[in-house]
Amino acid sequence: MLDLYSPGSSLLHRLPPAAKMLAMLLGATLLFLNESLPITVAATLGILALYPIAQLTLKQAFAQIRPLLIIFVLFFAVQWYFSGIELATYVVLRLAALILLASLVTLTTKSSDMIDTMTRGLRYLQPIGVNPAKVSLAISLALRFIPVLAQITREVREAQKTRGLERSVIAVAMPMAIRAIKMADEISDAIDSRGYRS
Amino acid sequence: MTTKDTVYIALFAALTAALGLMPPLHFAGAALPPISAQSLGVMLAGAVLGAKRGGLALLLFIALVAVGLPLLSGGRGGFGVLMGTSGGFLLSWPICSALIGYLAERDREGGALKLGAYIALGGIVLMYAVGIPWMAFIGKLGMAKSLSIMVAYVPGDLIKVVVAAILAENLRKAYPNL
Repeated sequence: MLDLYSPGSSLLHRLPPAAKMLAMLLGATLLFLNESLPITVAATLGILALYPIAQLTLKQAFAQIRPLLIIFVLFFAVQWYFSGIELATYVVLRLAALILLASLVTLTTKSSDMIDTMTRGLRYLQPIGVNPAKVSLAISLALRFIPVLAQITREVREAQKTRGLERSVIAVAMPMAIRAIKMADEISDAIDSRGYRS
Repeated sequence: MTTKDTVYIALFAALTAALGLMPPLHFAGAALPPISAQSLGVMLAGAVLGAKRGGLALLLFIALVAVGLPLLSGGRGGFGVLMGTSGGFLLSWPICSALIGYLAERDREGGALKLGAYIALGGIVLMYAVGIPWMAFIGKLGMAKSLSIMVAYVPGDLIKVVVAAILAENLRKAYPNL
């Protein structure tokens, strides 16, 4: 399965996903309540120190930040111009710390484990009408549909190419949507005809 | 909810993910982040499936992103993105889709133009109303500055509204009891 997980056997890998998620939410809240730059610097360094402990490299840590680099530069420039360099450093560092902390959970937990934890947690929502079995059916169907939809798009695009229409958004998207809905109807009939009850 | 509803919810969650695979549109060069087709999924789910199923489809999508699947455009995912500067936009997707669905369900015979207005209301106005204050708060930017950053996204979003309205209206005609 496609996943951002990085395999390992560290303490952070072995912690139960629920504990990690709660710790992350607590840490993120504390980062927001804190207004001082030195504490934010210390927190960022502390979070970075957890990366080697979790058998992750600093290169992996940087890879988490890289997609947001443009936004960081933009924010830094705007804050520096309007409010001074200290606030600019604080804001960007806090953002980086937040993302590094959250990525730590993502990198050390398999998506499948996290999904299991979430569906187990859904038991508590049963009284308000949530059906955990249907949720896990929806999750596995969605994950299976993604490559199928990509395949349908390729096929429709090829078909429209022969008509010179491959650049028309509507001419590609419309047949694709109809085929996808047809497929969904067939799948739900197939599930029902096998006597699926939940 | 029937099995069909569950399958449709999964389908539109997957559709939103698949739209993230399309290469994002770069305009304004490197000056601004690229515009992705992904929020088209939000608009379509609401307009085609209605409030409840559309909202749940996007809730499922966000849950899958949160557990660490790289389903956002550019292969991003995990809690970090949801907490970052654009997290408000992402977290608003389920309610945006639900609002579009609620309006579209109330007015099934309204035609493409009115449907487009509903999509714009949920997919631009509501999304920005959640996302911009979030960005202002997380980045300590202030509302005015955050607002001016987002202006660059409006043209791209308007194109998506037009595409979503045409597609959803045609789908409503092709499948009247979806």
